[in-house]
Amino acid sequence: MNFLINLKSKWMCILLICFTIPMCTFAQGEEDDLLALLGEQEVTDYTYATFKANRIINLHSVENTAKGVLDIKISHRFGFINGGLYELFGLDQASIRIGADYGINDRLMVGFGRSSFEKTYDGFAKVKLLRQSKGVKTMPITASILASTAIKTVEFQDPDRENYFSSRLYYVFQGLIGRKFNESLSLQISPTIVHRNLVKTISESNDVYCIAAGGRIKLNKRTSFNAEYIYVLPDQLAPGFRNSLSIGFDIETGGHVFQLHFSNSTSMIEKGFITETIGNWFDGDIHFGFNVSRVFTVN
Amino acid sequence: MKKILSSLVIVLVLVINLQAQKYFSKTGEISFHSSTPIEDIEAISNSASTVFDLESGKIQWSVLIKSFEFEKALMQEHFNENYMESSKYPKGFFKGMIKDHENIDLTKDGSYTAQVNGTLEIHGKSKQIENTAIFMVENGLISATCDFKIFVADFDIEIPSVVKQNIAKELEIKIKTNYELLDKS
Repeated sequence: MNFLINLKSKWMCILLICFTIPMCTFAQGEEDDLLALLGEQEVTDYTYATFKANRIINLHSVENTAKGVLDIKISHRFGFINGGLYELFGLDQASIRIGADYGINDRLMVGFGRSSFEKTYDGFAKVKLLRQSKGVKTMPITASILASTAIKTVEFQDPDRENYFSSRLYYVFQGLIGRKFNESLSLQISPTIVHRNLVKTISESNDVYCIAAGGRIKLNKRTSFNAEYIYVLPDQLAPGFRNSLSIGFDIETGGHVFQLHFSNSTSMIEKGFITETIGNWFDGDIHFGFNVSRVFTVN
Repeated sequence: MKKILSSLVIVLVLVINLQAQKYFSKTGEISFHSSTPIEDIEAISNSASTVFDLESGKIQWSVLIKSFEFEKALMQEHFNENYMESSKYPKGFFKGMIKDHENIDLTKDGSYTAQVNGTLEIHGKSKQIENTAIFMVENGLISATCDFKIFVADFDIEIPSVVKQNIAKELEIKIKTNYELLDKS
């Protein structure tokens, strides 16, 4: 009988040991990583800085000006570099746009500007609809829409004709779909419609459809290489107008972003660089230009 | 045999007890402050995770770098993109020990000063640090605070010359949290 009890206790012992050891080791395992006890944090990781600025070069990027931030932009396009030394490779002439962008909230930004090219005023609103993210919420792309109006104030070519104010107006609607593929590569595609109230000849369309594409490759933390191309669907523009192609670099220094680029477009607003580009890259009709952006946190 | 049996039971109970000695928070507050004659920069995160084990004295923290919020949106972007490279190094960690943890009695109201030492890992770089932390118990609520300084250069965080005047070489870090008992069930 005694032997039996002993045997029982022995089994109990073994059983207990069997239970205790794994618990001990379990407790030991936890010791090393206490935070694992809390489980993984469930967060949505939103992609930021798909592009350094809210423009790729001429095109709007999927970036918005942050809430309460005023972004003053001064942009220049010099003359064609094929002007040679006589024109100091275009530096003797400059087309300028002075503008300001403001973030009303993190999804809505507005901006306006005035271009010396055709003395044009422009205003726009850009709304971010989708934000690229991973984690709890997964979204492969960032998507925005842009609506812009331009008023050309240069004197009418034919003052004797009955001219209407509405003839000065241009409208642009654009969808922006962008993705930051990795730290260095971001791409964007933007289907766009430009509506022109008045065109010169009947063969030109009032509504011009095009597909714009752009991207950037980060060269280092503060510099990126950018490129954009706008394909205007055929038979909408008068002969002589070309698709816009621009390449350039973004250089970031604290509160400034300097964008230096080469483009065959003279205008810096949608209706201009999409429908009124005349430069031919192969003939050296290339503008050197820059955008300087300085941000101020207003509130 | 009975002795062994009972001692085993005690061990078992102890093991379970040990697990009940852990305290945690998922809303730890970490802020840092950079002060130069030109500019003051401040950022705060309210979602740091931390666990400490009073029995062993171990204490750990982790914080998502992206959870730090700045007054200026552009600063926040640069912080993540250029300085901390938060997509490469998403979290900051601290793993260390509370010295003299036996002296802390969380059942009694009071303020307990303790030395905490361990490894701080930021931007993929580790550094041994030691600082004084204060554990407080008030009406059974446990909280902890710790203020210390770190050198930006210790963590291989590059500051370009253009903004050298704007960012302090040494940052003040303030940590503050309430702890809750970690319920294993």
